[in-house]
Amino acid sequence: MDTIFALASAPGKAGVSVIRISGTDAKTAGVCLSGGELPKPRQSGLRILKRQSGEHLDQALVLVFDAGASFTGEDVVEFQVHGSVAVVSAVLDELSKIPGLRMAEPGEFTRRALENGCMDLTQVEALSDLIESETEAQRKQALRVLSGAIGQKVDIWRSKIVRSAALLEATIDFADEDVPVDVTDEVKELLQAVINSIESELCGLDAAERVRTGFEVAIVGPPNAGKSTLLNYLAGRDAAITSEFAGTTRDVIEVQMDIGGYSVTLLDTAGVRETDDQVEKIGVERALSRAKLADLRIHLVLLGESPEIDVEESDIILTAKDDLGCENGISGLTGFGVVSLLDHIRVTLSTLVSGSSLVNRERHKIALRQSLSFLREALMALESGVGEYDLVSEELRSASRNLEALMGRVDVENLLDEIFLNFCVGK
Amino acid sequence: MKHQEFDVVVIGAGHAGAEAASAAARYGAKTALVTLKSTDLGTMSCNPAIGGLGKGHLVREIDALGGLMGLAADRAGIQFRLLNRRKGPAVQGPRAQADREIFRQSVQELVSEIGNLHVKSAEVVDLIQTGSVFSGVVLKDGTRIVAKSVVLTSGTFLNGIVHIGDVSHSGGRMGDDASNRLADRIRELDLKFGRLKTGTPPRLDGSTIDWGLLEMQPGDEDPTMFSFLSKRPTARQISCGITHTNPKTHEIIGKNLSLSAMYGGHIDGVGPRYCPSIEDKVVRFSDKDSHQVFLEPEGLNTTTVYPNGISTSLPVSVQEDYVKTLRGLESVRIVQPGYAIEYDYIDPRALTSHLSVKGFDGLYFAGQINGTTGYEEAGAQGLVAGLNAAANALGKDPVAFSRVDSYIGVMIDDLTTRGVTEPYRMFTSRAEFRLAIRVDNADQRLTPIGRDLGILNQQRLQAFDEKMEKLESAENLLSGTVFTPNQVCDLGVNVKLDGVKRSGMQLLSFKDIEFDLIKPAIPGADLVDLEISGQLKKQATYASYIERQKRDVAAIKKDMEVSIPADFDYSNFSGLSNELVAKLSEARPENLAQMSRLEGITPAATALVLAKIRQAEKRGLG
Repeated sequence: MDTIFALASAPGKAGVSVIRISGTDAKTAGVCLSGGELPKPRQSGLRILKRQSGEHLDQALVLVFDAGASFTGEDVVEFQVHGSVAVVSAVLDELSKIPGLRMAEPGEFTRRALENGCMDLTQVEALSDLIESETEAQRKQALRVLSGAIGQKVDIWRSKIVRSAALLEATIDFADEDVPVDVTDEVKELLQAVINSIESELCGLDAAERVRTGFEVAIVGPPNAGKSTLLNYLAGRDAAITSEFAGTTRDVIEVQMDIGGYSVTLLDTAGVRETDDQVEKIGVERALSRAKLADLRIHLVLLGESPEIDVEESDIILTAKDDLGCENGISGLTGFGVVSLLDHIRVTLSTLVSGSSLVNRERHKIALRQSLSFLREALMALESGVGEYDLVSEELRSASRNLEALMGRVDVENLLDEIFLNFCVGK
Repeated sequence: MKHQEFDVVVIGAGHAGAEAASAAARYGAKTALVTLKSTDLGTMSCNPAIGGLGKGHLVREIDALGGLMGLAADRAGIQFRLLNRRKGPAVQGPRAQADREIFRQSVQELVSEIGNLHVKSAEVVDLIQTGSVFSGVVLKDGTRIVAKSVVLTSGTFLNGIVHIGDVSHSGGRMGDDASNRLADRIRELDLKFGRLKTGTPPRLDGSTIDWGLLEMQPGDEDPTMFSFLSKRPTARQISCGITHTNPKTHEIIGKNLSLSAMYGGHIDGVGPRYCPSIEDKVVRFSDKDSHQVFLEPEGLNTTTVYPNGISTSLPVSVQEDYVKTLRGLESVRIVQPGYAIEYDYIDPRALTSHLSVKGFDGLYFAGQINGTTGYEEAGAQGLVAGLNAAANALGKDPVAFSRVDSYIGVMIDDLTTRGVTEPYRMFTSRAEFRLAIRVDNADQRLTPIGRDLGILNQQRLQAFDEKMEKLESAENLLSGTVFTPNQVCDLGVNVKLDGVKRSGMQLLSFKDIEFDLIKPAIPGADLVDLEISGQLKKQATYASYIERQKRDVAAIKKDMEVSIPADFDYSNFSGLSNELVAKLSEARPENLAQMSRLEGITPAATALVLAKIRQAEKRGLG
């Protein structure tokens, strides 16, 4: 059984963050990072966590639970570190470099607890909600990644990996047919391209000093509902141009702010309406897609009307331009309702918090690094040519399994599709 | 009215039926194999070849479990070729051209040697069914064969239609007969059905082929046999011819496309993409002006030749025209025209991993009716259905194979969890653990299982034990001898002088180190025979990869151990989307491993289901 780790407390800015490691190698990993003897089981000890390179990570409270007396039933080590996004990210990163350790899937600690009979069954009901929200958050995060600039790259990686695997499998599974015998050069070229691209992507990720994290909150509604006015009020500056003309906001405007300790990106979007104006039309499309991917939407509606785009369960609906001040109203002009809106956002985010974009991004980074090493192995094995296609193909399988979270599962059916599309097999 | 009692009755004596009956009888069940004509037993209805990539794996596995196909193919083999000889042993596949007649006779002989197995020439017209329990079959003469388990291996019998050009006729041997309720009985099971098609080429008279004009392909000089019990071919060995289509061929086909059953709109079934008709090849790959055609003799005592690569549903006259455009075939005579056949299959997701129909007792399906193609795929399913039909009848433990132990397991799992969209054929790429489950170790993987079941004869067990003993002592010899880097260099191999000592087995895992190279340095190694040293090399080659996959294997095995009750209610707990609830309620996975293979299932969802199962277990105990 491999050893798993993950952030076990709510992500985002907090006083303390808990990182849990569970499995047979948990204690080894604990020693690895804390650089010395671990505290006795069930006693806490203050330790300095360091990278292998010696670089200081954080001062942490370390706790050890023995197998049979832990949440999961396995050996568990917990680090209580300072609740900083950068610290947590660095510790997770360092853990991922220890052989035999991998990031836990959503619900995996619970699953182990269940398997080892360590779970109080009354907790199961509550857990299902937690797992659901984690899964949902991951799904959203994946979508957000894919719709972004990296999405196009991931698409290209996927198609190149599928193509490479298909070429290899064609020579293997259709050896007695009219297919190419030696595909070494083409596969080499494809894999090298993917390796280069992932390397530069990882470089970019590592260089990013400020870990951008947090939530996206989109303000949506019909044109001229006062969305930009509200944004400016919240931001305390004129981030968006406002006017009395409907359709003033064309592109998505982002404002970073701190709401109740959470890092929030507020999005001001174009008013949703049918329009013949090409530029505005694009703006409306962007508004819709960004709003859909946001963690939370504030729907501004005109008095007596209902939202025109899909409302999700946790969304906030407010009556726009309520300069007079009645229930559920808001005004970016007078500031009415803003305090209760901020409070509402804070409460909603704290319930959403179990699904962390940080964890996901960290997960993606780890996945990229691991698949990179498999791809390099594949490239090496290719040097031996046809004789080791079975091994090259195995490395590719491992690489694409690691990239699954980013690019989706590469199934044997995808390879067969590619083969049958390109080669006339069948004698 | 006559009445006979058996434990298991198998309907149909194709490759699925024959293996099913053999397996059931060897597992201790008194078994009846009912077929229209007993002389049909062992007939190769399509191309005269056994094995290939993935398929060769299946034959080896059937053989390791005491089945018929490997032995029959070895006796009938008239040209043996090991495919992928230049590639790693994990992706090599033995293949043989078979003499149809010898194959058929061999199957019949092997079947006749099995005690407990009775072959009956008769037509099955109905199944005996009481509620959800099946308990035998009714024959046309009114005889009732009562049995606790029924295995149906009726091939393309469901709504089968044969097409030659725009002429079609019912291919269902019994379908037209009003007294035959069998097809209706199957329809009443309320399963999902789909439609598939497959095609055959025209058969040629070899004496009218100008072989002198053709490139010839001989078999391997050192033939690789299928069965672990066979040593060498017994039939005379021959070569196959190779010819090619050309622009003239393509022109004739292109001009007559509208007359083809497939392109004329007479066929709705989905055909296999890996075995397209010549019409398909010409249309879809119009940039290619030539396709390879193998001319495979169907036997030693027949002149019939099977031209592999030109299956067709064009009218006979067009077939005659285009065949004659091929080099060497200028004055060829067609013995039997090519045709396409369309048929219904049952969605195999309705089956359990034992190949029994979910929701019913005592009914098993195997072979082409489950949406597969090929003798090997059919035979392997027959083996599984036969064993489990016997287990059901005798109250023994059911037998399931998994993705981690065999290609049989991969196929059954693919069929029952993913279903099929085209006739399912085995490929090595379907097996994610293919470096571990190889043709060379099929006996090591499965013969112990067969021994536990008691389905293997003494001869096989003895041969297996002898081999394993030799293998073990040779492996101990190699593992026990340790080399310093300098000693390795003395053998003439470049290694890093890193001070790391390596055992003989570790050295053998290096690509450029063969057994013969280290043999002189290991006392006693010169006594290790060729078969054993070859096997050690194969094991060493993949050892590190297999080690790496251990985690995945363990995870799958663990998930397989968590069975999900057949009546498990997915609907009333939060955490699963409605879509997943619907999917799971329909698929009814048997265990967590099957569940996780369904599309769209996340690890979180499996954790949830596990939680619910544990909860229910606790309640059950309390």
